[in-house]
Amino acid sequence: MIPELGQFALILATVLSVLLGVLPLWGTLNRNTVWQSMARPAAFLQFALVLLSFACLAASFLSNDFSVKYVAEHSNRLLPSAYQFAAVWGGHEGSLLLWVLMLTGWTAAVALFSQSLPLNMVARVLGVLGLVSVGFMAFILITSNPFDRLFPIPADGRDLNPLLQDPGLVIHPPMLYMGYVGMSVAFAFAIAALISGRLDAAWARWSRPWTVIAWSFLTFGIGLGSWWAYYELGWGGWWFWDPVENASLMPWLVGTALIHSLMVTEKRGSFKAWTVLLAIAAFSLSLLGTFLVRSGVLTSVHAFATDPARGVFILCFLAVVIGASLTLFAWRAPAVTLGGSMGLVSRESFLLLNSVLLVVATGAVLLGTLYPLIIDALNLGKLSVGPPYFNLVFAPLMVPLLFVLVPGTVSHWREARLNDMFMQLRWIGLAALLLAIGLPFVFGEWSAGTALGVFLGMWVALGSLQHVFERIRKPGRIGGSFWGMHLAHFGMAVLVLGITGVKSFEVERDVRMSLGDTVSIAPYTFRLVDMVDVNGPNYKAMQAHVEVLKNDKVVEVLYPEKRRYFSSAMPMTEAAIDSGFLRDLYVSLGDPIAGDTPSWSMRVYYKPFVPWLWAGVLMMVFGGILAALDRRYRRAAVSPLQTAGEALSSTT
Amino acid sequence: MNKKFLIPLALFAALVVFLAVGLTRDPREIPSPLVGKPAPEFSLPVLVGDKPFSPSDLKGKVWMFNVWATWCVACREEHPLLVDFAKSSRIPVVGLSYKEIQPQDMANGPLKDAEKLQMARERSLRFLQRQGDPYSLSVLDLDGRVGIDYGVYGVPETYLIDKQGIIRYKRVGPLTPQILIDTVLPLIQTLEAS
Repeated sequence: MIPELGQFALILATVLSVLLGVLPLWGTLNRNTVWQSMARPAAFLQFALVLLSFACLAASFLSNDFSVKYVAEHSNRLLPSAYQFAAVWGGHEGSLLLWVLMLTGWTAAVALFSQSLPLNMVARVLGVLGLVSVGFMAFILITSNPFDRLFPIPADGRDLNPLLQDPGLVIHPPMLYMGYVGMSVAFAFAIAALISGRLDAAWARWSRPWTVIAWSFLTFGIGLGSWWAYYELGWGGWWFWDPVENASLMPWLVGTALIHSLMVTEKRGSFKAWTVLLAIAAFSLSLLGTFLVRSGVLTSVHAFATDPARGVFILCFLAVVIGASLTLFAWRAPAVTLGGSMGLVSRESFLLLNSVLLVVATGAVLLGTLYPLIIDALNLGKLSVGPPYFNLVFAPLMVPLLFVLVPGTVSHWREARLNDMFMQLRWIGLAALLLAIGLPFVFGEWSAGTALGVFLGMWVALGSLQHVFERIRKPGRIGGSFWGMHLAHFGMAVLVLGITGVKSFEVERDVRMSLGDTVSIAPYTFRLVDMVDVNGPNYKAMQAHVEVLKNDKVVEVLYPEKRRYFSSAMPMTEAAIDSGFLRDLYVSLGDPIAGDTPSWSMRVYYKPFVPWLWAGVLMMVFGGILAALDRRYRRAAVSPLQTAGEALSSTT
Repeated sequence: MNKKFLIPLALFAALVVFLAVGLTRDPREIPSPLVGKPAPEFSLPVLVGDKPFSPSDLKGKVWMFNVWATWCVACREEHPLLVDFAKSSRIPVVGLSYKEIQPQDMANGPLKDAEKLQMARERSLRFLQRQGDPYSLSVLDLDGRVGIDYGVYGVPETYLIDKQGIIRYKRVGPLTPQILIDTVLPLIQTLEAS
């Protein structure tokens, strides 16, 4: 009964999203305010219905209702109940339902927090979001219904994929989807602005906080995925340039370009057409990511169940949504007026460079991701594109990006003087240079690449600190967006330093160990002291006890495990990690090796600066949230007159 | 209309074409260099009986060679289809039980070869008794060496070998009814006719 209720609620929600997608937009065309004002209640009701549907699916999981096919495939009586709940999005159908829940959630949030917007704008934005919902809900109902029944009813379910039974992966998809789906709000604002022809500073101001919040979620989601891969896969890697990782990185890169470009559009009225294009691109890449993951056109470690019918549906949806948006863009954008003039050296020009570099980087990642598919489509053979390509192409684009970041934040709008900027930045430039020359020696060997990484990281970090100190000394309230920007930039610096550190100084040892054996990575010694059997709720494990010694004293005991879940033959690695401020010690247990004395293969890693990666990501996330919560976005009704006045005053 | 604003649309249209073509391809389909080559020779113990089996025993017949293991989840999915196929088809289906003994089976210390063989036989027979046995006979490749000769990439895999002992077809991953009807059965007919 409960699953049918869930399905019924989802069908009702679909009907409602059709209404939401049609009536308010129609209302804006013939100026019918009654139809326009239907947008808000429809958005709330749609969210409530999807929430009900989601709750029904969750209830089916928690009550072990294996008559529901999706539950039988992704849950098990032995599964701890927290994971039974998380199993709702452990497979294709449920993760789409989660996706739709978030989409309607964002729609409802826009309806709730848009009191200061003109009614026709609200009607357009919510209408566009409604149309996007129609596509996804139809996708679920037609190709991927999570409420399908199964007969005969199995006595027990097949269990959640052991790889997904992990706290990191429980929250990774929701956060990532929040980011992906959040880009739909920026997209809806852009489309609404294109339809109305009102591409102005007000539009940019409205969409900025939404875009930044979505960007923060996306950042957090990507960071979580990377963290999970690091400690769960047992290879000690944190980024693999896997197609699915790339699918999340591309909207992030374009989203980053978008939040910077939106600033120029708001403050200076420039780059309007470009900003709109970025907003369309960010959401399109989110959709493309969905397509790549769900259709199975690319193989990946993330490959869920794949089904050609699903691929065809998403491709058609993709073609309609993006094709229509780009057509609208080609039709309306030429009429957009250019903003104020800008000098060759100005904040605008630095931000333009930021946009261009990020978009080129996105293009490079897109090309690398789709290249195997294109080559196959042209019948030129089968190949795969690996990390060497991405590292080779991506890193050189990030170098100038990080370099212009600092002058970009301190330069003036319209026209900046190189001489002033040089005088302002020369000391931090010199300091970063000295640190780049000196620091690598402290941690190991000096190399040009390491020095470049240290220079860029320090340059950005010191640049942000200097700017903050200068600003504090001046009078006046400092807004959240200022703090947010510098926290995020500082986080980027920490991330860059972390990547430089781990890439330059990591030590990896693959060894064979018997009880009592030791392996040394200066200044640490690892000793295998015991191997025991451990029983988990739905698995059995071998657990190694590894003592870490420093100067002959035990500083830490690590417990890496090799788990075997009852439901799957595939053994799972649980790495043991000891994190410090400057380094991680990482031990993962491999397979037993045949021989006279029992011995096992082990991976022992010394990973410097890995905690800095996570710290940097968190700073960027909080920076984004701080910036989005800036008071000026929440000011009561902004009249067109006021915005015009501000646009005028900001040009002087 | 200013033409430069059409560039994004044009790029996107090209992308859609590639994605559409990509959808019709299977990224898991890996061209095997073995197709068209003689099936590598081996001699392995069989599941039931003492006489080892070699591919040359089946010279003059078209036969199917299916790589499987009890620990392989996809094999279980494929299994009922294989049982149905074996019932309705005249050609022999030879099973290759591939690396039946996995490292986790040796969690309590290494096993001797005889113990491994014993364990693999028991487990495989139990599986086939419960799930149905599609195989005319099944050979045991415990150390995976024959798997290396055949370029086994993932279990299950299926090969078709013709009367002259040449590999004519290779499939990585489970067979589906679609593949059987569209590819395998017609190929068997042509091979039998020649």
